[in-house]
Formats: sequence, C-alpha cells, structure tokens
Amino acid sequence: MLLLEDIHTHYGKIEALHGVSVEVKKGEIVSLIGANGAGKTTLLMTVCGSPQATSGRVVLEGRDITRDKTSDIMRSGIAIVPEGRRVFPGLTVEENLHMGGFFNTKAEIRKSQQHVYGLFPRLKEREHQRAGTMSGGEQQMLAIGRALMTKPRMIILDEPSLGLAPLIIKQIFEIIGHLREEGITVFLVEQNAHQALHLADRGYVLENGLIRLQDTGANLLANPDVQNAYLGG
Amino acid sequence: MQDLLYFIQQLINGLTIGSAYALIAIGYTMVYGIIGMINFAHGEVYMIGAYTALITITGLATLGVAWLPLVLLIALICAVIVASSMGWAVERIAYRPVRGRHRLIPLISAIGMSIFLQNYVHLAQGSRNMGFPLLIEGGFRFGAEDSFQTSISYMQITIFITTLICMTALSLFIARSRTGRACRAVSQDLGMSNLLGIDTNKIIAATFVIGAALAAVAGLLLGMYYGSIDPLFGFIAGLKAFTAAVLGGIGSIPGAMLGGLILGVSESMTSGYLSGEYKDVVSFGLLILILLFKPTGLLGKPEVEKI
Repeated sequence: MLLLEDIHTHYGKIEALHGVSVEVKKGEIVSLIGANGAGKTTLLMTVCGSPQATSGRVVLEGRDITRDKTSDIMRSGIAIVPEGRRVFPGLTVEENLHMGGFFNTKAEIRKSQQHVYGLFPRLKEREHQRAGTMSGGEQQMLAIGRALMTKPRMIILDEPSLGLAPLIIKQIFEIIGHLREEGITVFLVEQNAHQALHLADRGYVLENGLIRLQDTGANLLANPDVQNAYLGG
Repeated sequence: MQDLLYFIQQLINGLTIGSAYALIAIGYTMVYGIIGMINFAHGEVYMIGAYTALITITGLATLGVAWLPLVLLIALICAVIVASSMGWAVERIAYRPVRGRHRLIPLISAIGMSIFLQNYVHLAQGSRNMGFPLLIEGGFRFGAEDSFQTSISYMQITIFITTLICMTALSLFIARSRTGRACRAVSQDLGMSNLLGIDTNKIIAATFVIGAALAAVAGLLLGMYYGSIDPLFGFIAGLKAFTAAVLGGIGSIPGAMLGGLILGVSESMTSGYLSGEYKDVVSFGLLILILLFKPTGLLGKPEVEKI
C-alpha cells in the first residue's frame, strides 16, 4: 500500500530523517513510536509531500508520489488526521466535514456525512456549532471524521490521543480499530506507545531520524528495550 | 430644519463615498485574511478598472451605442475583466514566487508592481486628468425653494445600490458556496486545507480576483462620481480603503464594509462642518484612536490561539 524507501528529509539545512524505510501493507494497522523530536511527524508529512523528501522514494499503491504536489497526493486515496487536530475553528462541524469531502459529489458527501455521524453521534448533535468552541475530544472526532469524508483507502493519524482524557483516548482507539474492519489501512504515530502497539499489526521505533526496531506489535510490546524506553519500564 | 437638512446632506455624501471605499477595502481585507499580507498594488488595480471603464465608454460612444444601461453594463463588464486579470497577474508575479519568504519581500515586490502599473498608465494614457462623462444626471431635492436643499443625485443612488448588490452577492458567496467555504478554510489554516487536497494556490488567486473585480466596480462608480480620473486616482483611494479595512478590522469582510462607511461619513462631516482640508486629518486621527483602544479594529478578532 505505502512504501517508504531510504527517505532523507531536510528542514532547511538540518536533516531530520537519515534514510528511513517503512512499509505499510494493505489492511494493516502500523504504528510508529518514538520520543519527541525523533522525526515521527516529519516522516508522516513527507508522505504528504510537505516537506518533500530530499532523497529516497515514497510509493503509494505502486505509484511514485515523492515529487507530487501535496494537494495531488491528498486526492489520491490517502487522508491525514494531523497533529493538533487542526479543525477549522471558525467553520461549523458540518462545514468542516464538507471541506473533507470537497472533491466529492453532493450525494457522496451526504452519504459519507451520515456514515461519520454514525461513527460519532456527538458530531451530529454539534452539527451547526463552530468547531473552535468544542472540546479537544470532540475536535479529534471531527478531525477523524473530516479525514473519512475523503473516502480514503489509507488514513494517517498523528498523535490522535495527545492531550485527551483517558476515556476519550479509549474511544478514539476503538474507532481506529473499527477503521480496520472497514478495510481502511491505518498508519498511526503515537507517543502513547502501549495502546498504539496493542492495536497494531506491526510497529516501528524511530530514534533520531532512524528506524531502530521493527517487529509485530506484540513482539515490540514484549521487547525489554522498548519497555524501558517507551513503556515506562 | 435647515440644520437637519444640511446634516442629512453630509450623511448622504458620506455614505456614498464610504460605500465605494468599502468596495475597495474588501480586496485588502480578503487578501490579508488569506495570506496575511497587504496587497499594495490594489489601488492601481482599482485605477486601471476606472480607466478601462472610461476607454470602453468612449469607444462605445464612437461606435454610436447610446442606450445608457447597455453602455454602463458593457463598461462594467470590461472593467471587471481587465481588473480581475490584473489582480490575478499581481498575485502570480508579485506574490506567489516569493510566498513563504520573509514578509518584507512580497511587500516590496507588490510596491514595485504598484509603481510599474501606475507608470504604465502614465505612459499609455498620459498624466493629465481625463474627463469622465457624467452619464447619470439629475436627482431628488428636498427642502424649501429659497433655502438649503438636500439633494440625492441618481448617481449617488446608483453607487449605493450597486454597492449593496455587490456586498450581498459577496456575503452569500462566502457563506454558501463551495469556493467561499474553501476561502474561509484556507484563511483559517492554509496548510490543513492543502492536506485535504485543496489547491490553495487557486483559492488565493481567487481572492485576488474577487477583490480586483469589486475594485473595478468601485473604479467605474467613483470615476463617474468625481467626473475625472488620472494615473494617481488609485493612490489616495487605495490609502483610504486600506484605512477603512484596518479601521473595521483587517481580515474581516463585514469590518471592511463598516470601516468604509465610517470613514466616508467622518470625511464628509468634517468637510461639511469644519473644512475640507481637515478631512484626512480627522479620518486618520480616527484610525489612530480606534487602534489605540481596539488594536484589531472594530470587528477584527484577535488571532485564534492554536493548541
């Protein structure tokens, strides 16, 4: 589904990724864990083409997208729930969802919207409320719903649990599990390593711009190094 | 009674000029709202709109087209088309290549664009005033024959109604249409809009084009109202409209409308009761006062804190 080959990404003159290779197969949930500043978000944003990789290849469903424009990449079956949610604060919940379905027909939008409301009944209640006035958890639901409106075959989630209450985090992870049942491939970045690896088929550990470990989610959970570094011993 | 009529006259004059300021101010505020920068070539786009309208009207007169509504409509369409392409070109040439660089760079390139356009018109059309035919004559008068009479000219009514139509259309467009929604989304989070597959360059270009089209409408209206235009026609009007946009809260469309009206009324009141020479002092003084007490302008919102 998604293949990253020897990716190097720079911010100005600083190299943030020093040759990262990751594969996400169709239907999988793959988690990427790592400390702050390890380059997790950079890796996801490189997939989206902002910034573009300085060298290496990004291949989505067999097509090289390394040099494609962000707006073109995001129209080719991939959607992102970015770090910090980034819902449009001044737009209503419904308008936010419609921005997600920008390139679909009205009928498709209506259908996807009902689907999203089915997943998150709370969003239906808040349909005409401005997104900026909602709680963090509701905004996260909206960000996921907005990504689903594009009818993606693959969804990228960047720290969906950040800053949320434990009960909400549990709900969010349930939804992520549900996405797999719908046949959507999930690429998940998390600091909440325990839950992320529990859910994942496979996982990668990123450290200082390099992949240190890769294994199945269960094996990584059992790995003493991972336990020490990311699971609090 | 006399005093009241005099006051109403100043109010009418102020609202007329103010609504035209508001039309120009929309262009500043929309561009600022979306890329956070001032389009310093906007006044020139407005001036070129006025020139295009004048050239079209003159051309139609030579061709013998005399039916007024048709003349005005064709002049309006030509002015809007030429000014819109100008707005598009300004974005393409002065802003897009240097976007994302230091904020001063697009500022300088836009000022360069403005100097270029102004001098181009100087060369192509000459520096002298050109008379703008007063196509819409006459009006209503109120008050006793032998004392002060309040007059509303048909021209003033035309300005007011045209502005009202443009503003309503724009508001509906921004609130209801798909592109309008995208404009709002891009102005709130450009990067995220891009991550939803939206070609943000197109949306940014669209705001320049919409602003330029409205400025062209104002160019035609004010050209006729003042009765003459010159290549510096856009400079003062641009400055005033920019002030109006800041006064109302830059980035806010209703703010630009309100700012334009306040500026127009305060100018005409100063001219009417004090002296025409003080009108700029009062309007810029008003700007300073409002910014002292409300730094984001009347309807401007402080930057939304992002978590």
